[in-house]
Amino acid sequence: MASLLHSGFSCVATVLTAIPVRPTAASTIADDVDKLHFTLTGITFFFTGIIFATILYFMIKYRRRSDNERPADIEGSLPLEIAWTLIPALICAVIFVWASSLYFRNSRPPVASTEIFVIGKQWMWHLQHPEGPREINELHVPVNVPIKLTMTSEDVIHDFYVPAFRVKKDVLPGRYTSIWFQATKTGTYHIFCGQYCGADHAEMIGWVFVMTPTDYAAWISGGSRNESMAQVGERLFAKLGCDTCHLPDGSGRGPSLAGLYGKPEKLRSGETRPVDEALIRQAIVNPNSILLPKYPPIMPTFQGQVNEEQVLQLIAYVKSIGTEERQTNSK
Amino acid sequence: MSTLVAPVQESPSESSRVHYLNVSYGIKSWLFTTDHKRIALLYLGSITFMFLVGGIAATLMRLHLIEPQGTLFEPGTYNKLFTIHGIVMVFFFLVPSIPATLGNFLVPMMIGARDLAFPKLNLLSWYVYIVGSLFTLYAIIAGGVDTGWTFYTPYSSNYAHSEVIAVALGVFITGFSSILTGLNFIVTIHKMRAPGLTWFRLPLFIWAIYATSIIFILGTPVIAITLFLLGLERLLHIGIFDPAIGGDPLLFQHLFWFYSHPAVYIMILPGMGVISELVTCFARKRIFGYSFVAFSSMAIAVISFLVWGHHMFVTGQSIYAGLIFSVLSFLVAIPSAVKVFNWTATLYKGSISYQAPMLYALGFIGLFTMGGLTGLFLASLATDVHLNGTYFIVAHFHYIMVGGAVMAYLGGIHFWWPKLTGRLYPDGWARFGALVIFVGFNLTFFPQFMLGYLGMPRRYAVYPAEFQVLNVMSSAGASILGIGYLIPLIYLFWSMRYGPPAGPNPWRAKGLEWETPSPPPTENFEEIPVVTEDAYNYARSDGGTRG
Repeated sequence: MASLLHSGFSCVATVLTAIPVRPTAASTIADDVDKLHFTLTGITFFFTGIIFATILYFMIKYRRRSDNERPADIEGSLPLEIAWTLIPALICAVIFVWASSLYFRNSRPPVASTEIFVIGKQWMWHLQHPEGPREINELHVPVNVPIKLTMTSEDVIHDFYVPAFRVKKDVLPGRYTSIWFQATKTGTYHIFCGQYCGADHAEMIGWVFVMTPTDYAAWISGGSRNESMAQVGERLFAKLGCDTCHLPDGSGRGPSLAGLYGKPEKLRSGETRPVDEALIRQAIVNPNSILLPKYPPIMPTFQGQVNEEQVLQLIAYVKSIGTEERQTNSK
Repeated sequence: MSTLVAPVQESPSESSRVHYLNVSYGIKSWLFTTDHKRIALLYLGSITFMFLVGGIAATLMRLHLIEPQGTLFEPGTYNKLFTIHGIVMVFFFLVPSIPATLGNFLVPMMIGARDLAFPKLNLLSWYVYIVGSLFTLYAIIAGGVDTGWTFYTPYSSNYAHSEVIAVALGVFITGFSSILTGLNFIVTIHKMRAPGLTWFRLPLFIWAIYATSIIFILGTPVIAITLFLLGLERLLHIGIFDPAIGGDPLLFQHLFWFYSHPAVYIMILPGMGVISELVTCFARKRIFGYSFVAFSSMAIAVISFLVWGHHMFVTGQSIYAGLIFSVLSFLVAIPSAVKVFNWTATLYKGSISYQAPMLYALGFIGLFTMGGLTGLFLASLATDVHLNGTYFIVAHFHYIMVGGAVMAYLGGIHFWWPKLTGRLYPDGWARFGALVIFVGFNLTFFPQFMLGYLGMPRRYAVYPAEFQVLNVMSSAGASILGIGYLIPLIYLFWSMRYGPPAGPNPWRAKGLEWETPSPPPTENFEEIPVVTEDAYNYARSDGGTRG
């Protein structure tokens, strides 16, 4: 009997130790996020504990002993009300400042991030490296290098989520969102789609492979790789006839795109916007929404003629013909 | 807990008395009734049925998730199950639960009125609810819907191949039932209080229902408009939400959460009102800090309209907008905390007894505290990024919605059951049921907090094997929880026929509703009472009359 009990306990113990309490932490921000998480866990247990203990104590101490008891008539207490309004407010204020400053820090990618492009599509992830390699549901990145992902969707809203990095961002059709991370440990980590996207939502998963710099260099240059994104974009630029108007010397019917990327551009509406991925995308799919003062509204829309991947290739090309200085910046 | 049962058999001494249940017989006398008490019972039966529908969907989901590859269904079927579970439980059970049943029954009784201000409108709102429910049930039978209860575009508008329109129409129609009910309550509470029943003598349940009614009439039209636009988009492709033709898919989320976050408080505020009644009665104490509890309900109702953006921290929303929504979300936590502290303090120096309704109330306080505090993880921007869209969210809102709202609903049903039916249920079974529900609930949802932190996304029909142990624990808990819900269903049914007569005030509670016989006569009060004292004046006498 005792041994049966014992084996029962050890069985339970095995199951309990099989439950991890903390997910793998493999990015520069993971430990900071976890510190906040565990502080909040502490606060939760502390206050739940206090409430439970107080209720239990009152339940026993003030249990009804006779049916004719006449309990004390207490209306309330202003000092207590003020105390238990201000103390939670103070704790909330501290947590708010802590969480927000951490979030702000985590939201800004370092200037020198390597950029990789992500396209979500029911139900797979397309990833494209500027150097040319394309991947499906797999992302190879070097360790200890900040990586910026620029993401868009071909169809519905998806969400790129890597629990080990503590990063997540929705991937939206028709616009770009971005996240960044810097992996700190080599290894293989889950990519999940974190926003319900239809039948095979749960299968829209993949792996991040974090590699040593040498392994990564071998991977990115190895095999029979394609041209870089910018080179593909350049061919596309010619194939779609963009180069008939956007002449490099500026003498065409459209503006020259050389050196344009990253510059502020004054629009006909009076608004000034930086030439970034979002603006170039908009110029391709909805050119009449961002007219330039000196040029007539003659550019046709390319919506439906190019898919999101090709838009990104065109953007890569436009970026590649930016000034040398900007080019190094964006790398 | 059904509506169209035969009226209970009277004990000999009571048999001569006419009350709202035996005043007339036959199905017509129920379907054409304008008595708020009978309409409350019509609602009780209908929402119990919908609770069973939603509960069966949940049971099947938990059964499916025992194995990483799923045991029972194709992914598409699983997606329909969680959608049905969410839509039915939120729009057809939780939103109407306490207001439409206990609220309908108690608002006139508690304020010393003979009925609501607009009795026919009240019956109409039940019919509207039924029509909305039928659309939804039709959609389930016709093939189901797989958008999630949140109907996010452009999936729902352009990609889903399921009965989106029928379900959206069902929710749209049911919304009008909420609006009519809210309107009825507000007018009734303003205009029909008994002489002497000033605002600060009102039971806190009335304050909570009043705050809820405000959200009903201000928030519900927004969800109606949103679903209407969704229907237009799906049918006519007019380009409101579809980015390919110039729309904005995130606009839908803004509109949806502008209603659906306040809707969370539609579901929890009435529960808070119930808890204030229960705690005072079973501690024989007036509520600690009456005005703080009352005003915290109003504060919650107002702030709840300003926090919707915390559902959208990871959508690419501006980080400065995130900042504002984060601070407002912390702000809404404070009145909730104030309530918890006041309920706890009410127990101090009380005379506490532990009948079943009190066990539900104490369970509510504990679980709501957990649910509220885990909300701080999601109001905090940095941690929300990791936890958003995972099982952590699922656990958090089930602690509020099931641990909070459903516990309060069951506590309220048990508390006022003797008044509703004139019968007592077996208290031992009721305490046992409450305990089973408490244990089953925690075993179901606590592991989900851990799953979410470990990174398991919600709405996954299959999942990586490392999450299995916690999923099995959760499913085991769900089976206990399911049994826990069946126990009250059985003995409450039993008590309608076989329970001993309750008498007018079995708990020796304060409040006008306890001054009439059980079940009350159709006109509630022979004479309209005159109120001369505060609510919960338990110190003055040991129960009984108060005016």
